[in-house]
Amino acid sequence: MAQFWREYRENWIATLALAVVLLIVAAALAAPLITPQDPYDLANLNLRDARRPPGFVGSGGYVHWLGTDAQGRDLFSAILYGLRISLQMGVAAGTVAFGIGTSLGIMAANIGGKIEQGIMRLVDLQLSFPAILLALVLVAMLGQGRVPLIIALVTAQYAYFARTAYGAATAERQKDYIEAVRATPLPGRSIVLRHLLPNCMPPLIVVGTVQIANAISLEATLSFLGLGLPPTEPSLGMLIANGFQYMMSGRTWISVYPGIALILLIVAINIVGDQLRDQFNPRLRR
Amino acid sequence: MLGYIIQRVIQSGFVMLAMSALVFLGVYAIGNPIDVLISPDATQDIREATIRHYGLDQPLWRQYLAFLGRLLQGDLGRSFVLNIPVLHLVLSRLPATLELALTSVLIGAFIGIPLGIYAGYRPESPVSKTIMAVSVLGFSVPTFWVGLILILTFAVNLDWLPAGDRGPTIEIFGVGWSFLTWDGLRFLLLPALNLSLFKLAMLIRLSRAGTREIMLTDTVKFARAAGLTDFTILRRHVLRLISIPLVTVFGLEFGSTLAFAVVTETIFSWPGVGKLIIDSITSLDRPVMVGYLILVAFLFVTINLVVDLTYAVLDPRLRRGRRV
Amino acid sequence: MTKALLQVRDLRTHFETRAGTIKAVDGISFTLERGEILGLVGESGSGKSVTGFSLIGLLDPPGRIAGGSVMFQGQELVGRSQAEMRKLRGKRIAMIFQDPAATLNPVLTIGQQMAMAVQAHGGTGQGAALALAERSLARVGIPDAAIRLNAYPHEFSGGMRQRVAIAIALLHEPELIIADEPTTALDVSIQAQILAEMKTLAQESGTALIWISHDLAIVSSLADRVIVLYLGRIVEFGPVSDVLRAPLHPYTRGLLDSLPAMADPGQKLRQIPGSTPSPLHMTPGCPFAPRCAHAADLCRSEPPAVGDQHHGAFCHHPLPAPA
Repeated sequence: MAQFWREYRENWIATLALAVVLLIVAAALAAPLITPQDPYDLANLNLRDARRPPGFVGSGGYVHWLGTDAQGRDLFSAILYGLRISLQMGVAAGTVAFGIGTSLGIMAANIGGKIEQGIMRLVDLQLSFPAILLALVLVAMLGQGRVPLIIALVTAQYAYFARTAYGAATAERQKDYIEAVRATPLPGRSIVLRHLLPNCMPPLIVVGTVQIANAISLEATLSFLGLGLPPTEPSLGMLIANGFQYMMSGRTWISVYPGIALILLIVAINIVGDQLRDQFNPRLRR
Repeated sequence: MLGYIIQRVIQSGFVMLAMSALVFLGVYAIGNPIDVLISPDATQDIREATIRHYGLDQPLWRQYLAFLGRLLQGDLGRSFVLNIPVLHLVLSRLPATLELALTSVLIGAFIGIPLGIYAGYRPESPVSKTIMAVSVLGFSVPTFWVGLILILTFAVNLDWLPAGDRGPTIEIFGVGWSFLTWDGLRFLLLPALNLSLFKLAMLIRLSRAGTREIMLTDTVKFARAAGLTDFTILRRHVLRLISIPLVTVFGLEFGSTLAFAVVTETIFSWPGVGKLIIDSITSLDRPVMVGYLILVAFLFVTINLVVDLTYAVLDPRLRRGRRV
Repeated sequence: MTKALLQVRDLRTHFETRAGTIKAVDGISFTLERGEILGLVGESGSGKSVTGFSLIGLLDPPGRIAGGSVMFQGQELVGRSQAEMRKLRGKRIAMIFQDPAATLNPVLTIGQQMAMAVQAHGGTGQGAALALAERSLARVGIPDAAIRLNAYPHEFSGGMRQRVAIAIALLHEPELIIADEPTTALDVSIQAQILAEMKTLAQESGTALIWISHDLAIVSSLADRVIVLYLGRIVEFGPVSDVLRAPLHPYTRGLLDSLPAMADPGQKLRQIPGSTPSPLHMTPGCPFAPRCAHAADLCRSEPPAVGDQHHGAFCHHPLPAPA
């Protein structure tokens, strides 16, 4: 484990990325404590403060470090709360997709036969269907809100976990130590949990990291298109969308700052995922 | 070989059937089916007439069969908003999307694959490292954000290229294509670039990974021992070998491109099928949604079929081999 | 006296790794005459394959030639650019590898791959290249060569595939072929066939052959002379029959004794005690000293060569000739 860390730290970019991720998570968690304004509380918003550039001192008496948006929201606060939502959605969807996908994949590998074929057929079909379309359709059918959004995200993503888990489980099952364990009177469930699963974890962790980034990206895209959460709880995508119309007139900060925050988060997570993948891949090691 | 083709075509047919059933269930079973057919502010009489006309009081399986029947005749209903048959509407917007998608795929392939191969050939060079760093961005940054930046840079700040809409078209076979006009290309460039970035990044990474692995194999060593230049090796051995996984991704990614066109078209106001679906969702124009889904499902199945068949062409091990 | 085809003097090849420098080849010298068959024998880690790669200039980083000289037909190879080496490879020096399934590209036909090898040197047209390929295939004993050109590697058996590799090596009639364990991956029956055929081919065309193997028995049936390697250094060299009949070095003796063919039925197979030490922690002096039954303090410093130019060993206590 310590060896793993040491190798990780050799790549300074990845280490930086990890620091960024942790910083953002910390900031998002601490949002109610460090933001001057609660952007969800409509009573706080004053239209006179709308569309003000960064550095403006608003009617609340504090400096809007990143400016305000079209509704008079302090952009700094809105961004932090938006990051909160992005992280919540991303992690929630990622975790649930992880659980469902991994279970399906390992089940398919263990049970075999028609069930295995059936599950993997479904997974393959789903993998070839772009996540965004699936999410679009589901949101259109189920309406807006947190739960439909999570359902849409999970449905779009579980297939990646399923396929990875299946591949890893199938490879592991053929290894000798599984044969040895099966010869013991341990119940099947125990074999899976204590032997099979831990060894399938490395690729799953890599997929998980990337999928969280994807979920965040997908949620932002959906929000941007107007299909995400309701406008009273602006996620980063919605902030960007709202600011889009003001871009041409030079009030770029309304879209750009939330955008930068989003990009930082997603790219940092992806870099960490990349590094994890390189470290877990035996073939690329000299 | 022929047997394989027929088998795959039949399989695709089944999948198409399954997807049509799913769409049917999705739209007709969840939510009120009547909402798909008539706009919400119709009078009670018209509602009842429509219910009887479309047999919505019939058992579900009967409805499905009727649905299939209409489908096979090309009747996808009429749009609420525009009152044109959905099929016409979708087909009229399809060329714009196809143009966009194909251009972006070409950009991705002709730039992405060579860059990726180079990055895999000389992985330690600073050029390669830059390519890979940039590809991470292309991979992770959401498409809509890139579009935003592109518009900001090229249209607002530099004013080189237009910020939206499609350019003038020239007709071939009664269909207008804008890439044939010089002005049309100006409009096409930014959205196509935007759409291609994700694919570009993916192709770069895949080509690099594949090239790196292959360069370390005995095949390349043997070719070198025979005196082949590295360029020949890259061109004829590596390219052929990585084409197999690339084609798979290509095929899948084409579908994904069509999907992401939704975002690009919205940002750039490109009058394609993608914009159509977003507009129809926001305006609750359900027949259009159904039509779009069926079309997409059809395209998917076809693409998968083509990919499978191309696989067989590229990898001779999949065809039946004669043992010597 | 005709100048030797290949003269290797004090060749050193090092690998720079995170853990330290590995001296895979640590000062090897030998000569090879035209048309001679030389066997290079050793265990894994002895540096035999690396020697082969060093000669043909195909060392993968982090390996590099750290010193010494390789004179091929009077010309120095060490220090030549990759572009210059490329012109030699396949044309004057060819190489065959161990696993033909890995060396042949599965998605290209045999004809395509052979034509590429022909066209790598000189502007032969496609037709002429394929004709040459066909002749080469026939030469290595592949029937229906013309039809086989359109076949893919997976349609051949293992032995046939290796023959194809040999055919590719012979395309430009090179003066030297380096064969790196080419029969190890094949069935035993095929092994014998290929060995016999290679010997005939080499003698017919006057091509010199360096046969790298871990198996002394195989080498004995094929080679004129043999060199035994241990941990990157030569421990014994000489004509095959001499070395086998009267080995001078304890390591050679150990290798011979451990051959199953040498053991009596029912008798436990004799092994050399100990295991090959890591090349990172080499002791000064004779590399075999830690495992040698005859080792003395003298052996910890550099052992001199003993014996004549024909048959000698690097040992302070060479074994006495058999009674």
